[in-house]
Amino acid sequence: MILLQLAADGLLLGAVYALFSSGLTLIWGMMNVVNFAHGDFVMLAMYIAFFSFTLLKLEPIVFVPLAAVLLFALGGLVYYALVRHVMRGPMLAQILSTFGLALFLRYTALWAFSANFVSLPSGLVGGVYDLGGLRLAASHLIAGFSALLLTLGLHLLLTRTDLGSRMLAVSEDRVAAELVGVRPDPMQALAWGLGAAATGVAGALIALFFYVSPEVGNSFLLLAFVTVCLGGFGSVPGALLAGVAIGVIESFSAYWLGPATKDAVVLALFILLLWVRPQGLFGRA
Amino acid sequence: MKALFPRAGFAAGALLLFAAPFLTANPFYQRVAALTLLAAISASAWNVIGGYAGQVSFGHSVYFGIGAYAALLAYAKLGWPPIAGLPFGIVASFALSIVVGLPSFRLRGHYFSMATIAIAALAGILVTNWDFVGGAIGVMGPARARSFADLLFRSSLPYYAIFLCVLAILLLFTRLLQKSRMGFYLRAIGSDERVAQSLGVPVRRYKLYALLISGAFTSIAGTLYAVMVGFVDPNSGFGILISVNMVVMAALGGAGTLFGPLIGAAILVPLGEATNALWGARGIAYVAYGVIIMLLARFSPGGLAELGRFIVKGWRRRAA
Repeated sequence: MILLQLAADGLLLGAVYALFSSGLTLIWGMMNVVNFAHGDFVMLAMYIAFFSFTLLKLEPIVFVPLAAVLLFALGGLVYYALVRHVMRGPMLAQILSTFGLALFLRYTALWAFSANFVSLPSGLVGGVYDLGGLRLAASHLIAGFSALLLTLGLHLLLTRTDLGSRMLAVSEDRVAAELVGVRPDPMQALAWGLGAAATGVAGALIALFFYVSPEVGNSFLLLAFVTVCLGGFGSVPGALLAGVAIGVIESFSAYWLGPATKDAVVLALFILLLWVRPQGLFGRA
Repeated sequence: MKALFPRAGFAAGALLLFAAPFLTANPFYQRVAALTLLAAISASAWNVIGGYAGQVSFGHSVYFGIGAYAALLAYAKLGWPPIAGLPFGIVASFALSIVVGLPSFRLRGHYFSMATIAIAALAGILVTNWDFVGGAIGVMGPARARSFADLLFRSSLPYYAIFLCVLAILLLFTRLLQKSRMGFYLRAIGSDERVAQSLGVPVRRYKLYALLISGAFTSIAGTLYAVMVGFVDPNSGFGILISVNMVVMAALGGAGTLFGPLIGAAILVPLGEATNALWGARGIAYVAYGVIIMLLARFSPGGLAELGRFIVKGWRRRAA
C-alpha cells in the first residue's frame, strides 16, 4: 500500500514537473538556447499565485490563468529584448544572458519579498480524499491532472495545428521557413511565451501545496534539466514521460533515503545520464 | 602609441597594485583590497578553462570548496596550520578534474554548463550531509595564532601581500600559456571545438590540462580564503554564488584576456561591499550582477576588454 501511495504522489507531482520542463524543452527545441532562468520563472509564478490570493483575494481558478498570461508576456519580452540578440552570438553570451536573468529575478525577489518562506493556506482547493486506503490531497490531484492535460495540449498544439507546423518549420530551418513565408521572430517569441506560460501554470499549481521562497527556483531548474535530458532535448512527449518518471523516482528515494538526499539521487542520475547518453533516453543522436 | 600604451599601462597598473593598500589606513578599505585580489585569483583561474578554452563552468565552487575545506580540516583533524592543507586541496582538485571533469568534456556548450551546475549542487548536498566534514555547520580554523605558520593577522595587509604574490604567479603562468602551443590550442577549442578537432588539436587532452591548472589555482584560492577568514560552511565553500562571482568577474573584464578577471574583480568586489555597507542586504549586489551580465551578453560579449578596443578604434579613426 505504501508503495502505491508513493507511486501516486510521485505521478501527480511528476506531471507538474513535466509541464514546466516541456516549456524548457520547447525553447531548447526551437532555438538551441537553454533558459537558465526557467526555475526562477516558476518561482515568479508561485509569488504571483501567493499575492493574488493574499492581496487580491483571487481564487485559484483565476490566479492560475493570470500567472500563465503574465509569464507568457514575460517570455515574449525576454525573447525580443534579450535572447533574439544573443542566440546566434558567442556561446558565452548565450549562456550568460539567461543566467543573468536568473540572478536578476532571484535576487530582486529576495530584496522585494525577503527570504522568508510563505505559503498559501492548505486546503484552498479542498481537503484530502481517501480512495480505498490511498490518501490523495485535492491540491495534488488538481495540479497533477491539469498539468497532464496542458502538457498533452501543448504537444497537440505543436503537432496537430497549422501554428505548430509553422513553429516546427522555424525550428528546423530558420531561413527556409522565411523563404516559404513564415516570419521566424514571432514564432520564436511564441515559443518563449508558451514555454514561460507553462512555468506560469506549473508554478501557480505548485504554490497550492508547496512553500514559496526566492531561492526555490534553483531546485526546479535542476529538475527541469534532468527531465529534459531524460526525455530528450526538444521533445514534449519525452518530457512528459520523463517528468512522471522523475516524480516517482524522487518520491521513492525520499522514502527510502530520507528527504535530504532525494535531490542528490536525481542530480546523480542527471550527471550519469549526461555522461553516458547526452541525447536523452528517448532522444535521437 | 600602440607600442607604448600597453607597457605604460601595465607599469601603472602594477604600481597601483603594490601601492593600493598603503593609500589608506582604513582597515575596511584594506580588507576590501585584499578580498579583491582573492576574487581576482579565482576569476583568473576560472578564466583558463572558461575564458581561453570557452568551457563555461558554473561548477568551480567545488574546487574552491575543496581548497577551503582542505585547509580547515588539516587544522581541525590533524592540528596542522591551515595553510598546510594547500597541497591536499591541489591533489584533490586534480582527482576531481580527472574523475568528474574528463567525462563532462564529452559535452559541449550549454550541455557542459548544465552538467557543471548539477555537479556543484550535488557536491553541496553531499558536503552538507557528511558529518565528518562538519555537515551543515562547517569547520572552524584556529581562534588565535599558535605560531606564525597559522598566518593569522589582525591587519589585512599581510593577506594582501600573499594574495598579490599568488596572483602574480598565476598571471605569469597564464601569460606563458597564452604564448605557448597550448594557448593556441585552447583558443582554437574556445572558438570552435569541431574545427579545432578536425585540424588535429587533441581537444579532450588539452581541455583536461586546462581544467587541471584552472582547478588547482581555484583550490589555492579556496585555501587562502579559509586561512584568512578562518571558517567555512557548505554555503561559503560550495555555494553556487562562489562560481557566479568567478564567471561574472571574468566576463565583465573580458573572458579569455589576461587582465580581464582582475579588472572585473576590481570593479565588482568594491561594488558588492559598497552595496552591502549601504543597504545591508546581500541580495542587491546580485541584482546588479544580473543586470550587468545581461547587458554584457546583449551589447559586449567580450566584456570591457572588447568595449575598450572598440572605443580606441573609434578614437583612432576620428584622429586619422
